[in-house]
Amino acid sequence: MTELVIIGGGPAGMSAAVAAYENGIRDILILERDKALGGILQQCIHNGFGLHKFGEELTGPEYAWKYEQKVQELGIPVKLGTMVLDITEDKVITATNEEDGIFQIQAKAVILAMGCRERSKGALNIPGTRPAGIYSAGTAQKYVNRMGYMPGKEVVILGSGDIGLIMARRMTLEGAKVHAVCELMPYSGGLVRNIEQCLNDFNIPLKLSHTVVKIHGRERLEGVTIAKVDERRKPIAGTEEYIPCDTLLLSVGLIPENELSKSAGVSLDRITSGAVVDQNRQTSVEGIFACGNVLHVHDLVDYVSEESEIAGKSAAEYILGQNQAEKVHIPVKTDGKIRYTVPQVITEKKDISVFFRVADIYHNVTINVYDDKQEKVFSRKKLKVAPGEMESIVLKSAAFENAAELHFELEVN
Amino acid sequence: MTRELTCIICPRGCGLKVEIEDGKVVSVTGNSCPRGVKYAEDECCNPMRTITSTVRCEDGRVISVKTDRPIPKAKMFECMKMINSATAHLPIHIGDVIIEDVFGSNVVATENA
Repeated sequence: MTELVIIGGGPAGMSAAVAAYENGIRDILILERDKALGGILQQCIHNGFGLHKFGEELTGPEYAWKYEQKVQELGIPVKLGTMVLDITEDKVITATNEEDGIFQIQAKAVILAMGCRERSKGALNIPGTRPAGIYSAGTAQKYVNRMGYMPGKEVVILGSGDIGLIMARRMTLEGAKVHAVCELMPYSGGLVRNIEQCLNDFNIPLKLSHTVVKIHGRERLEGVTIAKVDERRKPIAGTEEYIPCDTLLLSVGLIPENELSKSAGVSLDRITSGAVVDQNRQTSVEGIFACGNVLHVHDLVDYVSEESEIAGKSAAEYILGQNQAEKVHIPVKTDGKIRYTVPQVITEKKDISVFFRVADIYHNVTINVYDDKQEKVFSRKKLKVAPGEMESIVLKSAAFENAAELHFELEVN
Repeated sequence: MTRELTCIICPRGCGLKVEIEDGKVVSVTGNSCPRGVKYAEDECCNPMRTITSTVRCEDGRVISVKTDRPIPKAKMFECMKMINSATAHLPIHIGDVIIEDVFGSNVVATENA
């Protein structure tokens, strides 16, 4: 029996492990499939991490190192190169590595911190051939930053998420020509600072409401045809433009990696593709917690660390049987303009931070929270909300004292 | 003259309005913190950027590096040339200087190897 097993040694897993330790748990094991701790931060060599959490600007590997050092100092055991194959509802974990073969661990509590993966080109359905030279932006990032290979010289990027923007700059600095970043939506999902410092600094055009409609080339990519799209995101005939290129990078979204959560019987949220959790980041299965990008995709690693501290602390309280708060069951609903909230259910009467994401860019909005009796229990004005920027509010316990349900609604003024 | 900028100092990305007279910044609005004013002044008079990249080690692998302070934006590609012609000697610890004196900064390691 191991008291706490954490699946994943990226920023979420490390931060959760440290928080659990600081809250009294000593019997912790981190399982990580890579050869090193740090997760995706290892390949995010650009800076901008840690401003919120540490008040200084760090690169990804530096941010990861801060947590890795803590894990080492506290002597928290880590199994690297270890792939978890299955988790049962009773918290029996089956894993494998070169040293131990296939082995099982009975855990008292589990924290899911597996992160997310990139949406693949298969999910995109672009007509044309399937030549070499098409990569997800994260794969190209790993080639350039970890392995020292350049995937190509003449580049088009589809999707303006942050990884795509960061790779536009990275490829340019390494001598490639980035011809365009195409974005299906009329706005970028990336941070404005990245549009400024990754595209504008290098005069890389950002083509909003554009997509790739055809891929050309047999063995190696020779070019792509891009076209403008209408409001329904359908390509407009006559707007096609051919761009010769040898590389197409896809930065078209991230999906939480929840195969193991499913095998454990954890209920998933259709919108986030992550677990349904309460304010403690406990899933529908008692004693199984989730945090970081496996729960919902975050914009900043600083927020991943914060969320994972909640999960680590809550797992510790669960293991030690310390949680004495009064139990309730209040589902949190959204109106569609607000796409989702985390947590999706409130189970304790205490002040709670609720994180949420909106469906579109809206200006001059009021964020309203109503209870099941249509009484407004929270209201705050904001100048602008955007899908690329996660929002959060703090709900005082008094606000939902008598609620059976909470409704998050966005009023556009 | 008025210039509109997006502050890149932190992920908040404030939209700045900068009033410039005779090549000097006279007012900055839209910033949420004092760093926005400094950024606007630098950006209008002498834009600076931190470079992050990788350096080849003697054993063939690459390690991540950064300039330990921003360098002039106009020197970014020259800085990349210096980074790409350097070789790092193992072992390397975070913060070790890999190349000294690169446009007023040092190129330092951001990972251990």
